[in-house]
Amino acid sequence: MMSTKAKSSLFLQGALDSSPLILAAIPFGLIFGALAITTGLSSWATLAMSLFVFAGASQFIAVTLLASATALPVILLTVFVVNLRHMLYAASLMPQVENLPQKFRFPLAFWLTDETFAVVSNRVARKDDTSGLHWYFLGSALAMYTVWATCTVIGIIMGQQIPDIASWGLDVAMLVGFIGIVVPNLKLRADWACAATAMFSTLMTYHWPNQTGLLFSSFLAISVAILLDRRVKVSVEQNHE
Amino acid sequence: MNEWLLIGAMTVLTFTPRYLPFGMAGKVKIPPILERALTFVPIAVLTSIITQSSLIRDGELALNLANHHLLAVLAAFVTALISRRLFIIVTVGLAAFIMAKWLL
Repeated sequence: MMSTKAKSSLFLQGALDSSPLILAAIPFGLIFGALAITTGLSSWATLAMSLFVFAGASQFIAVTLLASATALPVILLTVFVVNLRHMLYAASLMPQVENLPQKFRFPLAFWLTDETFAVVSNRVARKDDTSGLHWYFLGSALAMYTVWATCTVIGIIMGQQIPDIASWGLDVAMLVGFIGIVVPNLKLRADWACAATAMFSTLMTYHWPNQTGLLFSSFLAISVAILLDRRVKVSVEQNHE
Repeated sequence: MNEWLLIGAMTVLTFTPRYLPFGMAGKVKIPPILERALTFVPIAVLTSIITQSSLIRDGELALNLANHHLLAVLAAFVTALISRRLFIIVTVGLAAFIMAKWLL
């Protein structure tokens, strides 16, 4: 059993390690709030979406499709497809949550975002001892959730003042944040092959509808990485003995 | 359209894929090769997101100096090869973006 002090220290560490990515998400929250109300969503519904859905990409897609008067089933299907990457994230963290009670798994799943996944999986990759990882996860997630909700509110107010804020290109902050997560973790030949395949495949499939190119490219890149991965070959051989 | 119906349905469709693997964890045993495959998820998905938002702008391949997102990503990439610190990488990337906006 972990001491309260150890838990809160892990919680704070999670929030701290996430801070560069959370700062990078601020513009997205602002733009979402601003964009949503300019497309006709009410202020309360805009805030509710950030509080209950809590998934940046899905929220942007819903609002963008709403603006073009897309039918509800089409919006929902698109949201679902885009969210399938969260299923990959959750699957890759399964070994880390398998000893947790369900009361923890619910909030962790609800708060699983690109940012928190990036930071938590980075810790799993770098540390041998990941005990109390759920406190670290919760620290990252709650910090992200609080900032996201706050930024949505500020964005709603800004949207009423600065109508063209969505065209400022502020989403770049998130991209350089992801670079900072991916590149330092490129160590093996298989890692580089994975990244290169993901990039080239995305360039070949970007015109596919509803981010299906993203999913296809991710699966292809993972397959290529596995074929080149020495460690898998070794573990498979050991299994045969 | 009823916006509350939209939000309710989106909540379910977002939570379900996030929760399913967590809910099953410990009950199903993941084969070692799949477990290894899943360690490549961050690199694969994040690289794909970076690519589609930096190399492609407005639905077109944009390999030019007017693509400030690409310049920022390249600056962050070079920085990341030298320093592993996330804060430094993000700062250099954002500085490159702001300079590109001003100078180019």
